[in-house]
Amino acid sequence: MAASGRRSLLADLPRLALLALLGLAVLMPYIWMLSASMKPLDEVFRASLSLWPQNFHAVENYSRVFSQVPVFGYLWNGVVVCAGILFFQLLFAVPAGYALAKLRFPGRDVAFGLVMFGLLVPPHVPALPLYVAFSQLGWLNTYAALILPFTISVFAIFLFRQFFKALPDDLVHAARLDGMGELEIVWRIILPNAWPAATAFSIFSVVAHWNDLFWPLIVIEGQARATPALGVLYFRSDEAGDDFAALMAAAVIMTLPLVLAFLFAQRRFVEGIATTGLKG
Amino acid sequence: MSEAVLARPIARAPVGEALAGLLLSLPAGLAFLLMLALPTFATILLAFTDYELGMPGWNWIGFENFVELAEDRGFAVSLRNTIIYVGLVAPISIALGLGAALLIEAGIRGRALFRAVFFLPVVSLTVAMAAAWQYLLHPTIGPLNAVLRQIGVESPPFWLSSSDWVLLSLSAIGIWENLGYNMVLFMAGLTAIPRELYQAAEVDGAKAGLDRFSLVTWPLLGPTTLFVLTITMIRSVRVFDTVAVLTQGGPNRASEVLLYTMYKEGFTFLRLGYSAAITLVFLAIVLVLVWLQTKALDRRVHYG
Repeated sequence: MAASGRRSLLADLPRLALLALLGLAVLMPYIWMLSASMKPLDEVFRASLSLWPQNFHAVENYSRVFSQVPVFGYLWNGVVVCAGILFFQLLFAVPAGYALAKLRFPGRDVAFGLVMFGLLVPPHVPALPLYVAFSQLGWLNTYAALILPFTISVFAIFLFRQFFKALPDDLVHAARLDGMGELEIVWRIILPNAWPAATAFSIFSVVAHWNDLFWPLIVIEGQARATPALGVLYFRSDEAGDDFAALMAAAVIMTLPLVLAFLFAQRRFVEGIATTGLKG
Repeated sequence: MSEAVLARPIARAPVGEALAGLLLSLPAGLAFLLMLALPTFATILLAFTDYELGMPGWNWIGFENFVELAEDRGFAVSLRNTIIYVGLVAPISIALGLGAALLIEAGIRGRALFRAVFFLPVVSLTVAMAAAWQYLLHPTIGPLNAVLRQIGVESPPFWLSSSDWVLLSLSAIGIWENLGYNMVLFMAGLTAIPRELYQAAEVDGAKAGLDRFSLVTWPLLGPTTLFVLTITMIRSVRVFDTVAVLTQGGPNRASEVLLYTMYKEGFTFLRLGYSAAITLVFLAIVLVLVWLQTKALDRRVHYG
């Protein structure tokens, strides 16, 4: 904003102090989660305000989590579901977005109207009939049930259409003059150019579905296909009871993958969420 | 765009191009039909039936579900709680998000660090963080109440299990979740403000930071703020995870919210018709908010 040049540390101090205060408040749950995950249970129950454990119990707590619940199973399910969803979303949305942006075909305007209409519908609205259909088909407790409802992302179609519209028409014309077929153009010209939009959308999609609880809670029962979100929920109600030390350890383990990814690719995450910001 | 369409009528599009267009949209079209259009339509129909999963047969009952909703005290509480939640989370998380964005952009030191800190909740597994909050707010072993007791509060509140406090506690968690998201949107809005305007304001005598804010930043940020407001309302009207994990709507319905009531009626009590009616109320609220949002976007285009 009005940051003209570098200010002296002293002049910057009030700003830094305010930021540190607000930042510390935001970090509070993380700090106490980590602290409790390293304490023996009796120290947790004493409700002492010291952050560092008197008896270091991290190994016991974390290994209790790994021995009681299939941690890697949950994480693996999360990876499969997020990857599956993203794969189909891109597979369907990139060609459709290109067609809507650059090709003339009958029904195009209607199709785009449907996309705009679909943007208005939150994923909770089709949930009831989808649940009935999946349960009739015997598809509950499967990856298919977790992935299929999200294979279509009208938001992705919209995003790619806007993105491809900004690409110069000459790119496509030149390829046609070179004798490329329409499908070859998608594969060789459009896909390589779609990366920026695809990266932003991928981050948005993975963050949304890794964290989703609503749909997995509906279609999944039991541990075999449980996602990380469900895993923490199960652990909280079944295994842990009042074992807050182990519960916090489980929470740390399940939160870590995405947080690490974020810390390594901060700029991309922030940009990805900001450019996809119009989707609530 | 319509001009381009008129100039090159669709009929004159080469057959190959038209075919490719249809072929490329076909998979998306099928998925759209099966996973979005048909089920959404089915939800609308369902809302006018007494369909219950596992019961033989069902009847069209017209608006009876909606009449029942209007008389259902539980639903009224759920609606009221949702409105209170949105009314607390949206303005406070926006004010804090704007404050964080302004503070971060006002200098160079610590930019990346603080941006990452405030954004962290957006990428953290909500269910896991809800568990962390449960520990933090625990009435007897929670650090927050330990601090309160230390500074002399004799009986600190049962944050998540007292009907007076539970909605406030959930709102606090909601604010914590949304703050960083709003901050990022505001930072995008701030970088779009031309620097010369600040220099011009300074020449005109707006020396203090507060003057510059009220003269330049706030008016130019107005449309962004409106946009962030509707987005946050749409996001927070969907509150579900924290309620499902921490309170299940309790105690005594004090934290029952729209989507959780819908979930309970539909997937616990299996009253699908009734649950579909709640879904439609939810959809109507979201549509009104989206309508407000397009208004906000229109204004943003004019300013931009």
